[in-house]
Amino acid sequence: MTTNLIDIQHSDVIMCTNNMAENHPVAFQWVMKAKERGAKVIHVDPRFTRTSAVSDIHVPLRSGTNIAFFGGLMNYAIQKNLYFKDYVVHYTNAPFLIDPAFKTPTDLGGLFEGLEQTGKGGSDPHLAETYNKSSWKYQVDAEGNPKRDLTLQDPHSVFQLLKRHYSRYTPEMVERVCGIPQAKFVEVAQLYCGNSGREKTGTITYALNLTQHTNGVQNIRSLCMLQLLLGNIGRPGGGVVALRGHANVQGATDLELLYHELPGYLAMPLRDAHPDLKTYLEKETPKGGFWVNKPKFMISLLKAFYGDAATKDNEFGYQWLPKRASADAYSHQHIFVDMYKGKVKAFFCDGQNPAVGGPNAKLARAAMQKLEWLVVVDIFLTETAEVWKTPGTNAKDVPTEVFFIPAAPAAEKDGSLTNTMRLIQWHEKSVNPPGEVQTDAQFVCTLAHRLQKLYARSKKERDQGFLAANFTFGEKPDHPDMELVLKEINGFATEEITDKDGKVVYKKNQPLNTFAHMTDDGKTASGCWIYTGVTVEGPDGKLVNKANAHKPPDKTDYLAHGWTFSWPANRRILYNRASADLEGKPWSEKKKLIWWDPEAPGQTPDKKGKWIGLDVPDFNAFLAPDAKGGDKPFIMRADLVGAFFGPLNDGPFPEHYEPIESPTRNLLSKQQNNPVAKIWSLPDQKNDLAAVASKDYPYVITTYRLTEHHLSGVMSRYLPMLAELFESHFAEISLELAKELGIANGDKVTVSSPRGKIVARAMVTNRLKPFKIDGKTVHQIGVPWHWGWKGVDSLPGSRGDITNDLSATVGDPTVYIQETKAFLCNVKKVEV
Amino acid sequence: MSLSRRDFFKHAGSAGAGIAAGASVFDLTPVAAAATTLKLTEAKVHTSVCPYCSVGCNQLVYSKGDRIIDIEGHPDTPHTLGKLCPKGAATIQLSNNPLRPTKPLYRAPGSDKWEEKPIEWMYEQIAKRYYDTREKYFIEREPDKDGKEVVVNRLDAIASLGSACIDNEECYLISKLNRTLGIVYHEHQARV
Repeated sequence: MTTNLIDIQHSDVIMCTNNMAENHPVAFQWVMKAKERGAKVIHVDPRFTRTSAVSDIHVPLRSGTNIAFFGGLMNYAIQKNLYFKDYVVHYTNAPFLIDPAFKTPTDLGGLFEGLEQTGKGGSDPHLAETYNKSSWKYQVDAEGNPKRDLTLQDPHSVFQLLKRHYSRYTPEMVERVCGIPQAKFVEVAQLYCGNSGREKTGTITYALNLTQHTNGVQNIRSLCMLQLLLGNIGRPGGGVVALRGHANVQGATDLELLYHELPGYLAMPLRDAHPDLKTYLEKETPKGGFWVNKPKFMISLLKAFYGDAATKDNEFGYQWLPKRASADAYSHQHIFVDMYKGKVKAFFCDGQNPAVGGPNAKLARAAMQKLEWLVVVDIFLTETAEVWKTPGTNAKDVPTEVFFIPAAPAAEKDGSLTNTMRLIQWHEKSVNPPGEVQTDAQFVCTLAHRLQKLYARSKKERDQGFLAANFTFGEKPDHPDMELVLKEINGFATEEITDKDGKVVYKKNQPLNTFAHMTDDGKTASGCWIYTGVTVEGPDGKLVNKANAHKPPDKTDYLAHGWTFSWPANRRILYNRASADLEGKPWSEKKKLIWWDPEAPGQTPDKKGKWIGLDVPDFNAFLAPDAKGGDKPFIMRADLVGAFFGPLNDGPFPEHYEPIESPTRNLLSKQQNNPVAKIWSLPDQKNDLAAVASKDYPYVITTYRLTEHHLSGVMSRYLPMLAELFESHFAEISLELAKELGIANGDKVTVSSPRGKIVARAMVTNRLKPFKIDGKTVHQIGVPWHWGWKGVDSLPGSRGDITNDLSATVGDPTVYIQETKAFLCNVKKVEV
Repeated sequence: MSLSRRDFFKHAGSAGAGIAAGASVFDLTPVAAAATTLKLTEAKVHTSVCPYCSVGCNQLVYSKGDRIIDIEGHPDTPHTLGKLCPKGAATIQLSNNPLRPTKPLYRAPGSDKWEEKPIEWMYEQIAKRYYDTREKYFIEREPDKDGKEVVVNRLDAIASLGSACIDNEECYLISKLNRTLGIVYHEHQARV
C-alpha cells in the first residue's frame, strides 16, 4: 500500500474494486469517514455486497475484464482532458521517447512488438512464446539520458503511445467486454476522473480481486497508471490501497518467503545470470535512484546469514546461496506440479493449508500423497496434515510419513506482524502455550540446531555456510529472544565503526538507526534493510523496540508516527514528494503533506532549506526542489519518475485479454488470452481446461471470501464462534439463472469444472445479475472457498466441499499467480 | 439505558459465551464469569495484534495464570479506533479450544492413524529426514546454459510453504534456514 488507512478519510472519491466492507471491515470505517466528509464511493464488483450497499454507485463488471475497465477510464481521462497535466509531465515517464521500432497491440492485432517462439514448449503452444523486449526501451541522447518531449506531442512519446493504445477502450468497448452499460460507465468515469488536479484526490482499493488472474500484475499496473494519470500517488487522499488477505502477508513478503527474492526485495540469484557476487551486483544495481545502494543491502544480508564466515575474500558467502536454474520455476504452482511429477520429494508446510486453499486443490492433494515425508506446523489439524484421510483415499496407498507439530497463535508468543499499510506491530506473549505446543520460531531454531549437529563434522565446502549461520538468539538456544531476532533483521554493526575523525559512531553489535548507515565492506549486517530503524539503542544502552511503541495520534500528527513503526524509515505515505509541486509547495493547502521550507536549517550550519511537513519525507530531506533530481519524486526508480511505460513479461502497457477460460472470444482483438500466460501441462487429466464459450461449462465462476470465515478455514472452521455463523457451504446464483435451471433457494447443487465437482447449497439472490456481453447473456456465479472436510462435529455446516477443486493450474507470466477469480463452470440441481 | 464502554463489553462477552455454549462443544461459562468479575482486578493485560486479516487491529489480551480470559480491541489504535470484526472478536477461541491439538503427532507410511510422540523424538526424526534428503538429492554443480559446470549449491527435493500467519521474525528464520540449506522451492500464501 502506498498510503495509509487513516488517510483515506481525505479522499474526494474512493473506488473500491474489492469487497472491503466484508473482508477488511475495520479498515472500511475510513471509507465511511470520507463519505461523511462528502466523498463519493464507487464499488466495482460483479456482486452486490455490503460494500455496494453503502456506496454511491455499484458497477457490476464481468470477472476478468478489469483492464478493459481501467483502460476505459484512462481513455476517458485523456479524451476529456481530465488528467493532471503538470504531474504527468514532470513526475512520470509520459514525456519520454520510446524506440521507434516498438509497436503496440493497436498495430499488431493484440500483441506487442517482439513475440517470439522459444521452441521450449514442444507441442504446447502456451509454453512456446515469450517476448523479446529489445524494442521496449527509451531513446537516449549522447550521454545516455532518456530523450523527452515535455509537450507530450512526439508520436513516440510514452504519452502518445498510451493515448493511442487506450483509444480503443471506448465506452462502447467497455460495455461490450465488461457488460457495464455505457451510461453507467460514463457516469463513473466522470465522477472518478473528475476528481483530479491540484485540489482533488481519489483513491482506489484492491485485493485478490485484481491479483488472481493470468494478467494479475497488469491489472494492478492499470490501476496504478490511472492513479498516476490523475496525479493521485503520494498525495493525501490518494494512493493505492492494497488490502492483503492475511495478518502477515506484507511481512512474509518483506522477509521473502518467496522463491524469487531474498529479504528486502533483493533478487534470488540465477545460475546463468549471476555466477558470482560481482556479476550479481553489476546486473542487479541500477545506475540511478535509491537502489544504487543495493550492494550495501546485499552484503549486509550475507553478513546476517553467514556472520563472521562471510568475508570479502569469499564473496561474503555468496556461493553458499542456492542458484536458481530458471526464472520460470519454484513458485507455489510449480511446487505442486513438480511434487506430482516426483521431483519434489519432501515438504515443510507451516501455517498454510494447500489441500484446501491453493489453486487446483485436487492436484495439490494428489501431489502431497506422493511425498516421502511431510512436516506440518499449525494450530489445528489441517486437511494438509491429514491428506492421507482425504475422502475417497485409502490411507494404505499413501506412503507419506507425516509429522505434525502443534503451533501457537500470536497471543501466546512475542513477535511482530506487518500490516497492510507497512506498520510493523509487536504482539506480546500473554500466556505460555499449552502442552507441547511449539512456537514457529522455536521449531525452526531447534531444527536448525539439530541439523547443525548432524553436519558438525562435515568438511564439505557446501555445508560451511549453513554451519556458520546463527540460530541462537539470547541465552536459551532453542527459545529465541524475538527482540534479538528483530534486531538482526534491523541490522547492527559487526565491528566498531568510527567516523573520519576517529569518533565511534557505532559500537560492535549496536543496532543501526537507519539503512543509510549500511556499508558494503562487511562492517554492517542486516536481515532486511527496509526494516532498519525498528530497533535502536536507547540512552541507557538497552534495545528500544519501536514496533512496541504505542503513542496515539494527536492534532499535529494525524498519521500517528509514534504508533509502532512503518517501513521504510517510519514513512506513512510513500512517494510523498509528489504531494508538492515542482517548486516544493503543496499542490493545494487542503492537500498538503510535505513541502520545502527554504528557511529551515539545512544539512550543515552554512546551509538552509529542508523538506518538512506531516510525514517523514520519502526523499532526500535536504535536496532543494531546484537541485538536480529535486523535482523527481519516485526515488526507487532509476529514472526517478512514475512509469506508464514499464516492461513486464507480458507488455509495457496493460492490454485486455480474456481469462484462460472465458465465455466469449476476445472482443478487443483477435488475441484471445495473454500470449505469454503460464499454462502447465499435466498428466492424468489433472489440468484440463474448458474451451472458449464452452457448452459444457457455460457459466463464469468467481471465488471469494466471507467476513465470518478465514481463507482455507483453519482459523475459523474449528472455532464455534465463527463456524456456526454459516449453516452451509453455498453458491450464489442469480434469480435469472436459478429460474433457467429450476433451482430454488436452499437446493443442493453441483458446481463443476473440467478439474472437479463440488456440492453446495444454492443461495438464489438478486445480488448477482446476468451480464450482456456483446449482446449475449452471460451468467456468473460466486462461490466462497473456506470449506474442507474438517470442522466442528456438532456444526455440520462447518464442513463442506473444497471450492479450489474447481480451479486450474494456470498463471500470470510475471509472478505465476493463479486465475481463481474468473474461470468457467457448470451448475446443476442435485435431484433428490 | 446508557451503557458504559466497560458495560458494553461485559454484555458482549456474555453473549459470546451463550453462543458458544449453544453449540454444545464449548463451555465458556467460567471464562465469561472470570471476564466479567475479575478482568480488571486480577488479570494481566498484554498488547497483541489480531491474527486474521491484514488491517492489524491491536488487541488487549487479558489473562490469569496461563489462561486467556478475554481479548478485545485496543481502544488507542489509531487506524482501527479499537474496533474488531467478528473474526477478531473470536480470537480467544484460537487459544481456548478443545479441538486444538497440544501434542506432536506422527503418521507412519500407509497407516490410518496418528500416534502421539514425544517432541524430542519428533525433532530427532525430522532433522534426520532433512539430513538424509539433502544428502541424497543436493546439487552442488550443474552445467549452465553454455554447458559449463558451475556451483549452484541447490536442494530441489524439499519444498517449503508458509506462512503469512506467522511473525516477521519467524519468516526471517525460515528464510535463513531454507536459503542456507539450499532450498529454492520457498513460498507462502502471498503468491496465491
